[in-house]
Amino acid sequence: MELIDLYIALFVSFFKIGLFGFGGGYAMLPLIQHEVVDAQAWITVADFTDIVAISQTTPGPIAFNSATYIGYSAVTGMGFATGYGVLGSAICTLAVSIPSLILMTLVCAFFFRLNNNPWMQASLSVLKPAIIGLIASAALMLMNGNNFIDYKSGIIFLGVLAASVKKADPILLILLSGVAGLLFYPA
Amino acid sequence: MQTIRQYGELFLVFFKIGAFTFGGGYAMIPLIRNEVVQKRGWLDDRAFMDMLAIAQSMPGPIALNTALFVGNKRLGFKGSLFSGAGVILPSFIIILLIAILFSQFRDNPLVERIFKGIRPAVVALIVAPLLGLGRSAGVNRKNIWIPITVALTVWLLKISPVYIILVAILMGIFHYLYLKNLMHK
Repeated sequence: MELIDLYIALFVSFFKIGLFGFGGGYAMLPLIQHEVVDAQAWITVADFTDIVAISQTTPGPIAFNSATYIGYSAVTGMGFATGYGVLGSAICTLAVSIPSLILMTLVCAFFFRLNNNPWMQASLSVLKPAIIGLIASAALMLMNGNNFIDYKSGIIFLGVLAASVKKADPILLILLSGVAGLLFYPA
Repeated sequence: MQTIRQYGELFLVFFKIGAFTFGGGYAMIPLIRNEVVQKRGWLDDRAFMDMLAIAQSMPGPIALNTALFVGNKRLGFKGSLFSGAGVILPSFIIILLIAILFSQFRDNPLVERIFKGIRPAVVALIVAPLLGLGRSAGVNRKNIWIPITVALTVWLLKISPVYIILVAILMGIFHYLYLKNLMHK
């Protein structure tokens, strides 16, 4: 594929992710996965999980993190040089931000009292519970043979789940599970 | 001169917020409130809460929406460009460095062992907040079919979440129209 076509496709996908990314964070995961894994096959499910892991240990919203990462790896994965990958990152990050820029500019200009508007409330009444379903679907899609390779994966999953429900720090939990990986899977 | 400093301040405040918002949207709310309301008085508490409600109901990352809103309220559209750039840049720089480095260490067996441990943990971190989030989104016995149907259709049928979102918004609006109609009769 020509580089310019790839840039355009990346821009379109991440613009869509920004425009339909209601609920922020994890709620955007199935949308991102649909665009970059299922529809375009720029990265594999395994890569996608690793991006989410990196996202959880670095600052910044998951949408930015995946835009930057996928922009780079989709371009370099096709054999283009590092510099073109950096440009790919910039294009994806810009694309995911532009819908917010347009919408928030309109919000500031016209309807500051939007949250008391009955039409706004009506639009959100079904969308809010639906977003919970989107987050659940992200979890279901990641419960696959790539991420759960044996019973030890199940032990790590349950341990982290219990600790996380008790409000343990997610960064600490990721670091600990990395150590668990080293201990559970000897070279 | 004064305005250059004001634009710079907007950029720096949100750069700082972007650099320290581990764990995404909800974790950074106290940090933003401290910078924007308590330290600088750019918004009062009521306006901050209203702004938050709007930022959360719009698509896009909450951190970005908040930055754009505050930037726009303070110095107009140009202000929102500075605050937006500020909140985006830290993660852009960090992830770009990781992407460049990680592509070289990717197939290292040590890295692979570490990630074998991390992958199931990632899934657990997504599952854990579901219950609390469900409660704050108003999920109850009467509407629990909504998240369940959504989760199953996206997971099993691989339908794009874009359609799910559009259908959910339309259903909400039709439901409202239906209730309004009932009241008029």
